[in-house]
Amino acid sequence: MTVTSVTDRNSPTLEVQDLKTHFFLKGGVLRAVDGVSFTVGRGKILGLVGESGSGKSITGFSIIGLIDPPGRITSGRILFRDRDLSKLSEKEMRQLRGNRIAMIFQDPMMTLNPVLRIDTQMVEAVLAHDKISKQEARARARDALGMVGIPSPEERLSAYPHQLSGGMRQRVAIAISMLHQPDLIIADEPTTALDVTIQAQILAEVQKLARDHGTALIWITHDLSVVAGLADEVAVMYAGRIVEQGNVDSVLDRSLHPYTHGLIGSVPSQNRARKRLVQIPGMTPNLLDLPPGCAFRSRCAHADMACEQDPPITTPEPNHALRCFHPQREYAA
Amino acid sequence: MSIGADTELSAPVIPPSVSKRHEESALRAFWQQFASSKLALTGLVVFGMIAVAAVLAPWIAPQNPYDLTQISIMDSRLAPGETSMDGYTYWLGTDDQGRDMVSAMLYGLRISLLVGVGSAVLACIFGSCLGLFAGYVGGWVESLIMRIVDLFLSFPAILVALMILAFLGNGVMNVVLAIIVVEWAYYSRAVRGTALVERQREYIEAAECLVLPPRRILFRHLMPNCLPPLIVIATMQVARAISLEATLSFLGLGVPITEPSLGLLIANGYQYMLSGRYWISFYPGVALLITIVSINLVGDHLRDILNPRNQR
Amino acid sequence: MTTWLLRRILQALLIVGAMSVTVFVAVNVIGDPVEVLISPEATQEERARLIASLGLDQPLWKQYLNFVSDALRGSLGNSFVYNEPALGLVFSRLPATLELAVLALLIAILVGIPLGLYAGLNPDSKASKTIMAGSILGFSLPTFWVGLVMIMVFAVQLGWLPSSGRGQTVEVFGVRWSFLTADGLQHMLLPAVNLALFKLSMVLRLTRAGTRETLSMDFVKFARAKGLKPARVIGVHVLKNIMIPIVTVLGLELGSLIAFAVVTETIFDWPGMGKLIVDSIYVLDRPVIVAYLMMIVLLFVTLNLIVDILYSVLDPRVRLESRT
Repeated sequence: MTVTSVTDRNSPTLEVQDLKTHFFLKGGVLRAVDGVSFTVGRGKILGLVGESGSGKSITGFSIIGLIDPPGRITSGRILFRDRDLSKLSEKEMRQLRGNRIAMIFQDPMMTLNPVLRIDTQMVEAVLAHDKISKQEARARARDALGMVGIPSPEERLSAYPHQLSGGMRQRVAIAISMLHQPDLIIADEPTTALDVTIQAQILAEVQKLARDHGTALIWITHDLSVVAGLADEVAVMYAGRIVEQGNVDSVLDRSLHPYTHGLIGSVPSQNRARKRLVQIPGMTPNLLDLPPGCAFRSRCAHADMACEQDPPITTPEPNHALRCFHPQREYAA
Repeated sequence: MSIGADTELSAPVIPPSVSKRHEESALRAFWQQFASSKLALTGLVVFGMIAVAAVLAPWIAPQNPYDLTQISIMDSRLAPGETSMDGYTYWLGTDDQGRDMVSAMLYGLRISLLVGVGSAVLACIFGSCLGLFAGYVGGWVESLIMRIVDLFLSFPAILVALMILAFLGNGVMNVVLAIIVVEWAYYSRAVRGTALVERQREYIEAAECLVLPPRRILFRHLMPNCLPPLIVIATMQVARAISLEATLSFLGLGVPITEPSLGLLIANGYQYMLSGRYWISFYPGVALLITIVSINLVGDHLRDILNPRNQR
Repeated sequence: MTTWLLRRILQALLIVGAMSVTVFVAVNVIGDPVEVLISPEATQEERARLIASLGLDQPLWKQYLNFVSDALRGSLGNSFVYNEPALGLVFSRLPATLELAVLALLIAILVGIPLGLYAGLNPDSKASKTIMAGSILGFSLPTFWVGLVMIMVFAVQLGWLPSSGRGQTVEVFGVRWSFLTADGLQHMLLPAVNLALFKLSMVLRLTRAGTRETLSMDFVKFARAKGLKPARVIGVHVLKNIMIPIVTVLGLELGSLIAFAVVTETIFDWPGMGKLIVDSIYVLDRPVIVAYLMMIVLLFVTLNLIVDILYSVLDPRVRLESRT
């Protein structure tokens, strides 16, 4: 682990407490994020895992303050280096965005503006937070491109996004997020849309960059195998809540929540070759006006009457938390 | 907009053999969605009333404005609310020949609607058949048809219509023909676009494997899927047709004097406008405006709810 | 790029050629100028002499060849009515129409884009809903009737603005323009607004739809995630994307404005090409109609070409494709 500065040696980079982000639609209230808590330390990587619609992306957007109406953060605290982000004004938030907190999006084809050149899009990001000349900003953009492994960065700067491959574009997006050496990067499925080989390269690079700069990273994904190789901590989300979280080894090796079992069972792996992959039956429930109780119970083999109550949080071992009435040691198919 | 109704509609493939029940519930969902806009509902009601008034004109109009025995030149250019010598009150005044404006407008509305709706329907039939054919056949026939469509779309409607009437002369049928020539291309483009998408779908392939006759594939399978965009375009085009007819008649190139539409009534009053006798032109204009606006309100909302891109 | 350009120009010429045949055939087969031009009392001899002098006695294909060879030399015959070169006549009316159409387009852009942007950025506000309802009114109102009402209100009742004619003009490069004098501008205002109204609604709706669509794009969210000010996100990231389709449409709309000026010019007695063509249709002044049509075809084809080029300059994606 690298050097830590004196001031925030003890406090984590980010501490989210009981975050609730709800969408007020005509048909009712959609509780996209419903009481989520976690912390990410300096230089640590948190894997936020779940199916699409589990609220993991909305959690990311809540942290960076990009929830648009009809959505709203209704309660909870987002402590970023001891400041509560949910209390900041839009202007204060804007000064943090891209500067201290950066975000990388899922689809590299869509994140760069198709009608603006790469240099325009990078220089504006530099100048948004630093009062330096355009030449200096451009030089910084070029260095950032070099850092993420883009060959001949000077040429790439004057290209348009469509002239680059998907992997290249995602590297550009990562370079943009690294321009101000932020304290926290939220990566929303940044490698899902890419080839497996490119994915591995980018994972390795991001891991290195985070370690080198002490940047905390939230890696949002539905792919447990990515998390296994990358993250320090993991949080599994289902229907707006974290159902299981903790140290990556204890959660993945000794998972207890039936949903986590299901996720692990559906990942093809070498040691379990030729075994039948497990499928989680059913679909994610409609989040609109979800009834109380465990949201997974309609798909869970172990559900009973008790599951109609909200399960309490238990800690079966240190740094491993769970929200389930019926923790399962072994997997059940 | 309720999410439930959305998903109901966004199921893009209306399977060719939907059960009656399913059709009914889809219709009800569609109606509920339509009724969610008060503005559009108002438009529909107003247009309904206008259409009924136009159809019933001979029975509800106070006088037959083209029966010379019923009008008197002595009553010409009376202001709204004035009373004639034999005690009849003209609520919207009279024109230069002493015709009651209310009656003249009701009869004018009849012609305007007849020309507008009639030509839009004919253009729709011709245009969509051609578009469907192009989209289904493909190849050079398709590119030829679409080139012609593009050409027609690139020239302004008013100009094309003006030229046709310049060469054909006045007359209701000529106006209808001119509007068809101007409008058919819109339908062709829309239908061909949808047909292109649907042609790729499995159910068309399945129908082809079953060696169903092309006619059946075209009309039973492809056509129903082209309906939503067609409905939207047809609604908008009826409004456009009415407006175009009025414009042409105003320029003196549309319907003949013997069958005056609203546009011609406006033209007749034009010369009196500068001397302050506004009502001869003004009220037919208001009637025209309300008609077109009410149709456009309906069409605008239809486009919003039938546009697949607006549904998530 | 050059081969692409050459192919486009060739295509354009082909369309002009096809249109010339269409126009010529339409005019000659359907209309009969003899009936209109020669008074019924004329003797048989007078008729024959006139027909011969107009070249109407020759076979159709020969008439067409004459027409084309004359057209290439810049002559489309003399107007039956004014007895001067038809093309020159149309050209002499072009500036009046052009300045009217350009001013109308400017009004449509300068009012339509900001309003559309506002309505797109605040889709649920009262003001936006009013703007959108107003735009439905804008494209529902028949142009000629709005013109009448405008004359009635601003010229007759209030007496603020003149209702007809071009007012004072100034000669620049041998062409008379109204927009350079205060009086001329006053005369232009009502007809220009009248002509602009329909396009304004269209620009407004197009801008709104484009804004709504672009706002939902990931790159807008990413731009915000970079910490850019809203002014830059909207002014650069959103606007540059929506301007591409708008510019394309507007280029073509200038042509349609020139065509639609037919109505406005008639109402406001504006001595442009539109008024000329309506007057010519009444008397079937064939050479003038043909000259006007050929002029419009040429104008449209040219505008199309310019728009295509402009589009490829604006949109980097198209630029690349057309080069390779």
